[in-house]
Amino acid sequence: MSSLSPTLGVGGAILALVLAMSLAAPWIAPYPTTEQHMLERLKPPGARFLLGTDQYGRDLLSRTLFGARPALGLGLGAVALGLALGVPIGLTAGYVGGRLDDLVMRVVDAMLAFPSLLLALLIITALGASTGHALLAIGVANGPGIARIVRSATLALREAEFVLAARARGERHLYVMFGEIFPNVLAPVIVEATLRIGFAILAGASLSFLGLGVQPPAADWGLMIREARQYVFLSPWPLLAPGTALAFTIVAFNLFGDGLRDRLGAT
Amino acid sequence: MPPPVLDVRALSVQFETNEGPLRVLRDVSLQVAPGETFGLAGESGSGKTTLGYTILQALAPTARVTGGAILFEGRDLLGVSEDELRRIRGRRIAMVYQDPRSALNPTTRIGAQIAEVLEIHERAPARAAGRRAQELLELVNIADPASVARRYPHELSGGMQQRAVIAMALAGGPSLLILDEPTTGLDVTTQARILELVADLKRRVGAAILYISHDLAVIAQVADRVGVLYAGELVEVGPTADLFAQPVHPYTRGLLDALPHLDGLRGLVPIEGRIPRLTDLPPGCVFAPRCDFVAPACTAATPALETVAPERRARCVRWPTVLATPRRSTAAAIAPETVASDAPLLAFEHVSKYFGGAGAVARWLGIGAPPVRAVDDVSFDVRADEVVALVGESGCGKTTLGRLAVRLLRPTAGRVRFAAPKPTDAQIVFQHPDSSLNPMKRIGPSLARPLVLRGLRRRERGRRVRELLEAVRLDPDYGARRPAALSGGEKQRVAIARALAMAPQFVVLDEPVSALDVSTQASIIRLLAELRRTLGASYLMISHDLSLVRHVAARVGVMYLGRLVEIGAVDEVFRAPSHPYTRALRSAVPRPDPAVPGRPIRLEGSVPSAQHPPAGCRFHTRCPQKIGRVCEEAEPPWARASPTHWIACHIPIAELSRSSEEARP
Repeated sequence: MSSLSPTLGVGGAILALVLAMSLAAPWIAPYPTTEQHMLERLKPPGARFLLGTDQYGRDLLSRTLFGARPALGLGLGAVALGLALGVPIGLTAGYVGGRLDDLVMRVVDAMLAFPSLLLALLIITALGASTGHALLAIGVANGPGIARIVRSATLALREAEFVLAARARGERHLYVMFGEIFPNVLAPVIVEATLRIGFAILAGASLSFLGLGVQPPAADWGLMIREARQYVFLSPWPLLAPGTALAFTIVAFNLFGDGLRDRLGAT
Repeated sequence: MPPPVLDVRALSVQFETNEGPLRVLRDVSLQVAPGETFGLAGESGSGKTTLGYTILQALAPTARVTGGAILFEGRDLLGVSEDELRRIRGRRIAMVYQDPRSALNPTTRIGAQIAEVLEIHERAPARAAGRRAQELLELVNIADPASVARRYPHELSGGMQQRAVIAMALAGGPSLLILDEPTTGLDVTTQARILELVADLKRRVGAAILYISHDLAVIAQVADRVGVLYAGELVEVGPTADLFAQPVHPYTRGLLDALPHLDGLRGLVPIEGRIPRLTDLPPGCVFAPRCDFVAPACTAATPALETVAPERRARCVRWPTVLATPRRSTAAAIAPETVASDAPLLAFEHVSKYFGGAGAVARWLGIGAPPVRAVDDVSFDVRADEVVALVGESGCGKTTLGRLAVRLLRPTAGRVRFAAPKPTDAQIVFQHPDSSLNPMKRIGPSLARPLVLRGLRRRERGRRVRELLEAVRLDPDYGARRPAALSGGEKQRVAIARALAMAPQFVVLDEPVSALDVSTQASIIRLLAELRRTLGASYLMISHDLSLVRHVAARVGVMYLGRLVEIGAVDEVFRAPSHPYTRALRSAVPRPDPAVPGRPIRLEGSVPSAQHPPAGCRFHTRCPQKIGRVCEEAEPPWARASPTHWIACHIPIAELSRSSEEARP
């Protein structure tokens, strides 16, 4: 118990680094993200530009550092929205049971049958492309999966004796759900949410890559990869810098989530 | 005496944990001779199951044998190779565990599973193995072995499953059979038949049997010799009759005095305190902190297992004094006076509760499963200031009835009338201490929550929580603890305190002590009785334990398959005239007295499904006193045996009084 597991340790270390990068970006980034150096386009890493420059001569290090902000913001925000939707739905369906549970779970199943990126695309097509809409779309797409996890955990506790005791003393259903059951489903929910942040960041980057998320000229990993695509044979650096950052961040969330699962004993 | 099959010598085992070594077994020695049944008794944490695993060399990787030897047929099992162990396990030594469902492979037919053992160990050809499997099923008293061999485990009742597991254990022709709580999950009438089987096996097979159980009454019925294990040490060992007649070690005495007796007069004297932590053992005798006879010599050094009489040894330096002191075997009366007020506080009026079943459309079409009739047309009442008990075996509907009483369930038909001002004046205490308390909440907030509902202010709540903890004999500093830091008995005290916090007039006690050790049981039962006196509340106690019910209830109702079959004052239900089912139930209760061997009435078959209950009297399919067609066709009428005693049976009361003469206290 007391020793730190390697998954939790490595995942946590990378996450701390990414978080520090995003917070300290204004102080450690050597250049403003949109400052163009027209004479030094598509430069390889060197003394002036540590990671090289892109096709407009913008510093890749600065843009990669700042790019952590929309990635984390979108990942955390979308999962928070997913929790805000999924937790009450799952708790209610699992606790009330019967017809309501059947109905809610069939709707959830239908939504789960949709690839979540497709669902997100649908929402964005309806609302228009922007960072806010991407967050909304990914958040909504995460709701059903979280609802299912919460519901199955709730179902297992519905007939627990401490829940029956609360009902016997006349507690209101809302209190039983949030005061008695919710604290006990927290562990699996935290694990699930951590794992989902990685996927949400990937989904956000995918939307930006498709031009449906963060809009130029902002610094965002997905968007940077999109723009670098055409020049990949001239210089791989505009693609490698954000790509590596994205990969490490997602792997870190997965490691951290797996480590938490072992630590909290959740399934 | 022939050389012992099993000779455990000064065995010590410890588990490595983060909090340091856990010395689970210390200096344990015992012998089991061929054809002998050795009963190993102990409460939870005594190390009795670890001993079974150690003999089979199937310990967890964190466990280590730190000393001693296990001689099996003269060879030390601790020294033999893995290959050799494989040949011994399952063949020369077989083990039967508590839960037969997890011992059987759910996807393989019973016959094939037993045959497999024969094919592996005896290298028997498939056909011969199949024949032998059926013989083994016959050996464990299965009436129709050919048909049972073709069935899957889930098609058998719990008792039949356990027989099949025992048959499988016998397949290799073992010279040592280890039975670890083989009847603990079973109903009392089923248990009686398994115990009968164990006694038979000793005669027929001639194997040495090590019978591990927490239940002294069961051990009294099956064992030739008994060892009592406490906190990892064998504290007393001796022939069953002598040990039960005159226990030498104070712990053995305490255990026997704590057991409730079916006569309702003896027992239920609690052992105060709790079993010591194995990481933090007291100096000297491990039982000293809970012992009434403790003297300075007790804490000076660990006492040796001394011979106190021929074939009897005890680990107590004060044994002469203990023997000279008379036992406190008479319990102070804890049953309430039978006189209660006439006004019913809670009345069940033709209450039925069905679960599941097909929807209206499917029913109209005549397809789909019928509902499970958990409770079917039950009427009785609990008066103010009264303790009523409901007894019956699993699936009889007693728990459902308890939940109907506190409105956790709504009746399908009939009504539950409760004559108190608020519906929350009825509260409930559940069976499982681990599930009763919210694991994420500290004790204080758990107890304060009912007070919030009652509108108490913050300061009053703090004071009241302390009072509640004191009322259930817990330290006020328990408020800051989490449930995980409490023992089973302590958790149950908190659960009781939480129910009391609502100041109820009526409390359902659903098997409140059945998950607890005997020594803890007694103190919880006494606490409940005392609280009732100060509170003036009524209890509806639900239990499978007839001996316990005899001690605490004023009236008792007996249930079978969703129906009430008999109800009366406690003394009336425990003597003739009785419903044939009540008689069978009573006769099946094992007595903690080897001098009174059980003569259980055999109930044939198993309890029918509550989805398709038998017509007429529900009990007619198993009734040893069935009188004919009338039992199969007509609902039995309620007959009055006394103003307070009613029996639902076709047999006239006069007849029932005659047929029950063997029913002794």
